[in-house]
Amino acid sequence: MANLQSLDIRRRSATTTTPPSQRETVPIAKLIDVSRCIGCKACQSACLEWNDLREEIGVNVGVYDNPHDLTENTWTLMRFTEIDVDGRFEWLIRKDGCMHCDDPGCLKACPAPGAIVQYKNGIVDFVSENCIGCGYCVKGCPFNIPRISAKDQKAYKCTLCSDRVAVGQAPACAKVCPTQAISFGTKSDMVAWADHRIADLKERGYKNAGLYNPAGVGGTHVMYVLKHLDKPEIYAGLPKDPKISPLVELWKGITKPILLAGVGLAALATFFHYVTHGPNEVQTEDEEAAEKMRRDKAA
Amino acid sequence: MAEHNNILDRYTPGARLNHWINAILMICLALSGMSLFHPSLYFLSDLFGGGVWTRIIHPWMGVVAMLSFLGLVIRFWRFNLWTKDDSAWMKNINHVMSGDEAKVPEAGKYNAGQKLVFWSLCVLTILLLTSGLALWDSQFGHLLTIEQKRLAAVVHALSAVALIAVVITHIYAAIWIRGTIRGMTRGSVTGGWAWRHHRKWLREEVGKAK
Ligand code: HEM
Ligand code: SF4
Repeated sequence: MANLQSLDIRRRSATTTTPPSQRETVPIAKLIDVSRCIGCKACQSACLEWNDLREEIGVNVGVYDNPHDLTENTWTLMRFTEIDVDGRFEWLIRKDGCMHCDDPGCLKACPAPGAIVQYKNGIVDFVSENCIGCGYCVKGCPFNIPRISAKDQKAYKCTLCSDRVAVGQAPACAKVCPTQAISFGTKSDMVAWADHRIADLKERGYKNAGLYNPAGVGGTHVMYVLKHLDKPEIYAGLPKDPKISPLVELWKGITKPILLAGVGLAALATFFHYVTHGPNEVQTEDEEAAEKMRRDKAA
Repeated sequence: MAEHNNILDRYTPGARLNHWINAILMICLALSGMSLFHPSLYFLSDLFGGGVWTRIIHPWMGVVAMLSFLGLVIRFWRFNLWTKDDSAWMKNINHVMSGDEAKVPEAGKYNAGQKLVFWSLCVLTILLLTSGLALWDSQFGHLLTIEQKRLAAVVHALSAVALIAVVITHIYAAIWIRGTIRGMTRGSVTGGWAWRHHRKWLREEVGKAK
């Protein structure tokens, strides 16, 4: 998406200096109250509509998930799970999409300067014209969110409607939700609103209700109110304790500058060897000895 | 002329061509790979037409480089088998480093250091090829899990750095030991060079001569 908020960039991929960050903005969040979702998919349509994308017409394989997975066009997807809780049937409908991690693994993994930015308000945005299509963000993300387009080999995902938010509008999905299961505002307001909702759910007997705002990724700017926070996995595989994989930390962390320095030092060491030991030159005596060996053999 | 007789063939034109195709590709691979390795080296991607082109051509160069490396392995593996003398040579490598080869066993066609370069390149190449194919999303993206690709990324980065360090050693040795580079550019070396650095090989070659 477009890089509209250029004065308030908190992090910029593959950049070692401070990006333009003079402007301060309040952290924002989208709160998805799963207990209020009726699975109408208005948000999914609004997302396609606002971003002017179309999904291919698919096939029904007997589940309500449509399409079957996130794609380069479908940046948000309703995932339906049917469960049995204490003999009672329950439908879990989770609106999947980018969580806008406070510590984004995608941005950490990205090798292209400025292809992923995180604004001070917490939105993680892909700046497609800088994307080189390597797929590293897919490996960095703990939630399996980015998708690489077959058309242009660029990565796509939810922008949290950074273009709308930049002009003071709520994301398209939040605007369109008929049950107000999706709300949008400052992160602190959203946490407070979630507390209110959770108190209500607990009163109704959902003693494990709670806010999904996982600390392993520094918290997220898309949060869920879950009736069963103790078992987030039952919501179509929502990870219980997501964090950037240790392999990604090893790949992209402190090892890189250390290895780079190692290569530089190796090159420098060879140069220092040269200036202290000089070239190893063949001497006239060597040539004569070889000559002699040859003549002795001939004789 | 005696001087003319004091020249030994070391590499056929085919071997030289094979070596230089491999060397050019390896250097291009190292430069394009390094551009993705650390932000401070991203500018190297401009050598290949920008980040997108770098991402596109790096794996293709990798595949061709691996084929050409296979050619080198088929040509040279026999001369790189490890012997007892090589272990003794390695133990006294400090003498070699200070230019005093009289204190180590005579080397055959390749000394222990060169053999070590050869075998470490073999191992690193296999690691780079397998991990590189695993990272090649545009061709094989659908075949592996994300976790497997994360592992491949770590293996690829570590073995690439190790390979670059080995290549730096290899290039420096060729520059430092004067008279070596002509072996790979003109195909021949002087008898004195062989006497000084590969005396066992010289004995074998002289022994063969009619
Ligand atoms: C033998 C010499 C090679 C060297 C020196 C080398 C070096 C590198 C380096 C330093 C990186 C960046 C890694 C990172 O960002 O952590 C890289 C990335 C990569 N390498 Fe290699 N590599 C070699 C061979 C190969 C081969 C044989 C293949 C595949 C057939 C390959 C495929 C890739 C791919 C796919 C990437 C990621 C870039 C992308 O997504 O397109 N490499 N390489
Ligand atoms: S959910 Fe994935 S794509 Fe979204 S910010 Fe976190 S790491 Fe990046």
